[in-house]
Amino acid sequence: MRYSIPMSRDRPWIMRTYSGHSTPEASNALYRRNLAKGQTGLSVAFDLPTQTGYDPDHPLASGEVGKVGVPVAHLGDMRALFDGIPIEKMNTSMTINATAPWLLALYVALAGERGIDTKQLSGTTQNDILKEYLSRGTFIFPPNHSLRLTSDVIAYAVEEIPDWNPINICSYHLQEAGATTVQELAYALTTAICVLDTVKTRLGERAAEAMPRVVGRLSFFVNAGVRFLEEMCKLRAFVDLWDRLTRERYGVTDEKLRRFRYGVQVNSLGLTAAQPENNVVRIVLEMLAVVLSKKARARAVQLPAWNEALGLPRAWDQQWSLRTQQIVAFETDVLDYEDIFDGSPVIEAKVNGLMAEAWREVESVLATGGPLAAVESGYIKERLVASNAERLGRIERGEQIVVGVNKFTETEPSPLTSGGIDAILTVDPKVERAAIDRLKAWKAGRDGKSVEKALADLVRAAKDGANVMPASIAAARAGVTTGEWGAALREVFGEYRAPTGVGGVGSAGASAGDAREDIAVIRSDVRALGGELGRAAKILVGKPGLDGHSNGAEQIALKARDVGFEVVYEGIRVTPAQIVASAIEEGVHLVGLSILSGSHLELVPAILDGLRAAGAGDLPVVVGGIIPDADAVRLKAAGVARVYTPKDFELNAIMRDLVAVIRDRHAATAQRDGRA
Amino acid sequence: MDARSLASRVIARDRAAIAEALNLTEDRRSSARAPLAELLSALRASGAIDRAHRVGITGPPGVGKSTLVSALVRAVRAGASPRTIGVLAVDPSSIRSGGALLGDRARIAPDPSDAGVFVRSLATAGELGGIARSVPAGVLVLSAAFDVTLVETVGVGQTETDVGYVTDDVAFVVQPGSGDALQFLKAGIMELPDVLVVNKADQGALAQRAMADLRAALTSLNRAGIGERAGIPILATSALDGTGVNELWAALVARRAALETSGELAARRRAGTVAWGVRAFVRRHGDAGVERVGGEDALRRAIETRVDAGGEIPSIVDAV
Repeated sequence: MRYSIPMSRDRPWIMRTYSGHSTPEASNALYRRNLAKGQTGLSVAFDLPTQTGYDPDHPLASGEVGKVGVPVAHLGDMRALFDGIPIEKMNTSMTINATAPWLLALYVALAGERGIDTKQLSGTTQNDILKEYLSRGTFIFPPNHSLRLTSDVIAYAVEEIPDWNPINICSYHLQEAGATTVQELAYALTTAICVLDTVKTRLGERAAEAMPRVVGRLSFFVNAGVRFLEEMCKLRAFVDLWDRLTRERYGVTDEKLRRFRYGVQVNSLGLTAAQPENNVVRIVLEMLAVVLSKKARARAVQLPAWNEALGLPRAWDQQWSLRTQQIVAFETDVLDYEDIFDGSPVIEAKVNGLMAEAWREVESVLATGGPLAAVESGYIKERLVASNAERLGRIERGEQIVVGVNKFTETEPSPLTSGGIDAILTVDPKVERAAIDRLKAWKAGRDGKSVEKALADLVRAAKDGANVMPASIAAARAGVTTGEWGAALREVFGEYRAPTGVGGVGSAGASAGDAREDIAVIRSDVRALGGELGRAAKILVGKPGLDGHSNGAEQIALKARDVGFEVVYEGIRVTPAQIVASAIEEGVHLVGLSILSGSHLELVPAILDGLRAAGAGDLPVVVGGIIPDADAVRLKAAGVARVYTPKDFELNAIMRDLVAVIRDRHAATAQRDGRA
Repeated sequence: MDARSLASRVIARDRAAIAEALNLTEDRRSSARAPLAELLSALRASGAIDRAHRVGITGPPGVGKSTLVSALVRAVRAGASPRTIGVLAVDPSSIRSGGALLGDRARIAPDPSDAGVFVRSLATAGELGGIARSVPAGVLVLSAAFDVTLVETVGVGQTETDVGYVTDDVAFVVQPGSGDALQFLKAGIMELPDVLVVNKADQGALAQRAMADLRAALTSLNRAGIGERAGIPILATSALDGTGVNELWAALVARRAALETSGELAARRRAGTVAWGVRAFVRRHGDAGVERVGGEDALRRAIETRVDAGGEIPSIVDAV
């Protein structure tokens, strides 16, 4: 029998892999290989210093250069990153937020050098700052100033780069932070409202003419978990809610401009470190959520790699994800049919239910001060932290089954992760030194006067309220660096520390893994420990470096409080020096560090050295995060008391362990002092 | 380590030593009493303790106290003759489990490279009155090390008076749009602070309105002869953009100077120590204990006698 492709076959989505690491050259080579393998768009991962406006030589950049993405410090790096790649034909997505105006300026400057009209460029700047305050953590400025920069990018792009998606409203990171389906819908929509309202105000009298185009260029970046039918319903709900919102609130009459356009990266939160090969199956199922329904199909898809919970994926791991997409698009028949869920009463009821609940939450946010206030007050953050605590609690109690984690844990040794080969990518620590040398050479080769003038113009634009894009593009051409751009605007706008979200979350029951009797036992042990120590057991939960993924730190802090510890938690982005000073001044009995960016081998020893130098070398330090086994061995050799990885999902067990660590160290100290 | 060498390291502002001394103030084992008393006596003997300016910052939750403290710390450290400052941030967020999330430090965000700033967070651990039982001893330790000791507490209504027991002058912070302070003042249940602060002045008209309301309330209190003293400064601050922070610091310094000149400072410190001693006795021995010593007035007189006889430190140590 002959297989034939129906005439109506839908066009496949843009296939991307979120990638970039080490150096612009290494990333460029990776992009070219990926394109040769059939990838149809690029998704640039920038390293944390680039995302937070620091050059590689800044103290906070230490250990982070080239780790979770590519460092781009100036136009020279941008040239190297896209060397030999025709950007006028490429669809380039950049995961960049606080520094989005700057990275877009560098891209535009690069196009200018190549004689390419900006009208020919297409792609996306993520540029959704609100979710950075809620989950991802790469904000720089206070929310009002950040929103102004966001709208500058939108206003510029709508006129000058008409095929650009100037913002990707991200519900993705809300789910990664623990959001329920309803919360993901609601808070993505309130973010969109916040952005559109800001742009509308900034456009002034031009609003009536330009707003429909602005709405038409707004796109979303969503998540999809393994409960893929509910996720599919969520996307159908998005389509309908967005249509309604843009029609009713912004008066957009053209149906095409009201289309819900979205890209997706499927869920990483549910990927497991235990039996990691099973993640391939999870990833495929999650992908079905965003491609099965034609009405709510993604326009661009990125899949995570099977080993993300273990460390940074290698090129081969990412290839597997790309091949997964290609198999679904080209071997299966998902693209052959009109929408296969239309008319299903079960699906319709579920979609309607999600819409109603989500809209109620949207209205409640709007009624109580609006989206910005809900971010600044910590309201949304607290809701997310509470949801995540509930999720972890269900897993710990076995109410939510995670195969290989809390059920069916017996396993043969995996040939993928055993055999002594590191099943992850390791970034050569030499890249940081090289990036600093390269920065020095770049600065030496540019005209100091033009740099000064460009920065002065940028500051003036920022202060005067003019759009910062033209001044940023001029600065890119003059050779200004990412750190200089960031420092100039930090001077004007100031820096922001976001609410941690843990203060307002209710006691006991809300925290993860609340098996009552277990909690009571741990509590009385923590109290007993306090008696032995002479005062309440006190711990510091520290999140060193630029990594803003604070889920782990938040859940540990909450749980520790609930079992009776006094907990000092300073939020994200603290330096090793701050952690050392806090540990000493606060008189804590243990320091817990959470690091997910892969910079643990730099940051943890720096903190251990700092503690020793301050005379607190015997203070126990434990580390949690995505720590490969080999690194765990090295950390322990350096003096770390315990290393926790995603395999350690039972928070109560971690709490019991912390008590044991403090008790052991206390006994050892007492014995030593006794002998002395 | 023996108390005298610990004391000299505290006075030299050795960060680890100050922390160790504060650990001792929190240590509830009876074995810690004697070393604490020795330490405090050694600090007292050095003469360093009394010179420090002890400042209290209090107010209802959510008015931005920690952020304001952060701005105050910067103001104290800036200028031609920066002064050193130690902060005790008392956090009420303790819950039934006995655990607490201490979040003030995140907002104060001290610069770790500045040895002239020290911040310690404390949980109230179920204490009434908004301050932990180790606070009076902690204030003495920090006062021996720093030019300024700042105690931040949460107070709504009457409870904030406790911070007055351990400080020289107190600023009460409110935010625009909340009638709390106004209600307390009108009802006469709030003792008058030394400085009234309307924070979040960046909220414009709302803040102006709050200032006007407070002024009107104070005027009517003065007229009725209830006000302790006329002319309590009412200041508008914004921890966000720095408005009024230098003025707030200047007002606190001026108030402290006035108290010192008039001789009230010594009386105030004595009264605070006595009040704290009474509170500690009641906590430990209960109402029955108070009856046994002949009632509250007799108890107060006994503690006064003890404090006047140089018993300040034993009385504070007893209270831990």
